[in-house]
Amino acid sequence: MQVFFHIGRYYMLVRQAFRRPEQGRLFFRLVIEEIDKIGVQSVGIVALLSLFMGAVICIQTGAQIDSGWIPLYTIGFTVRQTMILEFAPTMIPVIMAGKVGSNISSEIGSMRITEQIDALDIMGVNSAGYLVLPKIVAAVFIFPFLIIMGMFLGVSAGALVGELAGVISLSDFVVGIQYDFRPFQVVYALIKTTVFAFIIVTVSAYTGYYTRGGALEVGRASTQAVVYSIILIMVTNLILTQLLLG
Amino acid sequence: MIEVVDLYKSFGGEAVLIDVSAKFEKGKVNFIIGRSGSGKSVLTKCIVGLHAIDSGQILFDGRDFTKMDHLERKAIRQEIGMLFQGGALFDSLTVEENVAFPLRMFSRSNEKEIAERVHFCLERVELEGAEKKYPAQISGGMQKRVGIARAIAMNPRYLFCDEPNSGLDPQTAIVIDNLIKEITYEYDITTLVVSHDMNSVIEIGDHINFVNEGRIWWTGTKEEILRTTNPELSEFIYASEFMKVVKDRLG
Repeated sequence: MQVFFHIGRYYMLVRQAFRRPEQGRLFFRLVIEEIDKIGVQSVGIVALLSLFMGAVICIQTGAQIDSGWIPLYTIGFTVRQTMILEFAPTMIPVIMAGKVGSNISSEIGSMRITEQIDALDIMGVNSAGYLVLPKIVAAVFIFPFLIIMGMFLGVSAGALVGELAGVISLSDFVVGIQYDFRPFQVVYALIKTTVFAFIIVTVSAYTGYYTRGGALEVGRASTQAVVYSIILIMVTNLILTQLLLG
Repeated sequence: MIEVVDLYKSFGGEAVLIDVSAKFEKGKVNFIIGRSGSGKSVLTKCIVGLHAIDSGQILFDGRDFTKMDHLERKAIRQEIGMLFQGGALFDSLTVEENVAFPLRMFSRSNEKEIAERVHFCLERVELEGAEKKYPAQISGGMQKRVGIARAIAMNPRYLFCDEPNSGLDPQTAIVIDNLIKEITYEYDITTLVVSHDMNSVIEIGDHINFVNEGRIWWTGTKEEILRTTNPELSEFIYASEFMKVVKDRLG
């Protein structure tokens, strides 16, 4: 029964968040600030992870290919497929759930326990709309850019490390990344990312918004935000993959 | 004037407020006092709409808050100023931005007019010079004063103060008390203060409601409260040594 209670309350919060903002100009400013907090400040970690993952996948795949029957360009193909289909659109959001999700939950949770959300409500401000909607818009907007950057850096790192480590020549790698390329797979990745961005923000906002108690509960809400976001990302990933590629 | 009629509120089947009826008059500092857990904070939160009530009426100058739709409630809320126990200032905004917040949200004023109003409100609470500071950079007493400045920014008709003196030293508490009293008389607004600080009650209270076990147990003026024969109220107000001395002097 608790699950249905949470689903219902989550739906109510999201619906409340999507009410028309009080001040369009202020809303736009908040969205820009959130793009900076959620997106721009995550560029470093996304770039770092993508570079290393691309490089490692290249070396690992190279190490597995010990048969002359398997063409070397398979390495480039594998790096591309892994980065486009799973690492960038799924693993980066999982990492973002840890970074951005916990931040959103603790920020809103602290505002709840210090009565700042009550202050907004008493003023007549739609607190869910003011606090959550700019974050949703910012995340849904900026996540695809981060993911595209992740794909590009991962594949580039694979090509560079493959060449430098003598695993695969650049020309073979390029053949691999061009082999059987289906543009829809990028679209699939972007659809997944957008859905995951929505999940991370709304679930984290939900755990923060309904925090009761003190600092301990804020910490607990932050942990719940990360755990629930990751679980939902995994389940949604399976559903979307079956729907879009199955 | 704010009027509460037969208000009933329960949490999980447990009654917290039972048929509470009270009047909070305009141009007066109305107090709700009571022990911790007596229901006074719940009563205030019901009046401002933070808690939904089970039954009863809440009338803001005759307008029934409980029968209003979302937009009507929103309009009433813009007539309410509230000072929270912890200040509830927005951490990410400066003092100036905190006071300007309701104006930017709801008024049609331009930036120049907003700046003038913010300056006036901060001057009113004697906080000129703190405009650019963040809440974390100012003292608890200053935060309360910013809270008052924010509460009066929209020229409210109703001012709610939740434990305005908690965590403050006696001198600062008197400054806050005096500000609340002056603003109430100056703007002729309905002020409702929730407190268990008897010094504040004696200092600025015009009309006092004592809440006990979820009911309005006693109501009267500060002159009457000091001479009460109600056993629960006497026990509450003369709990401290200081008030016992006051009682002895009153004979």
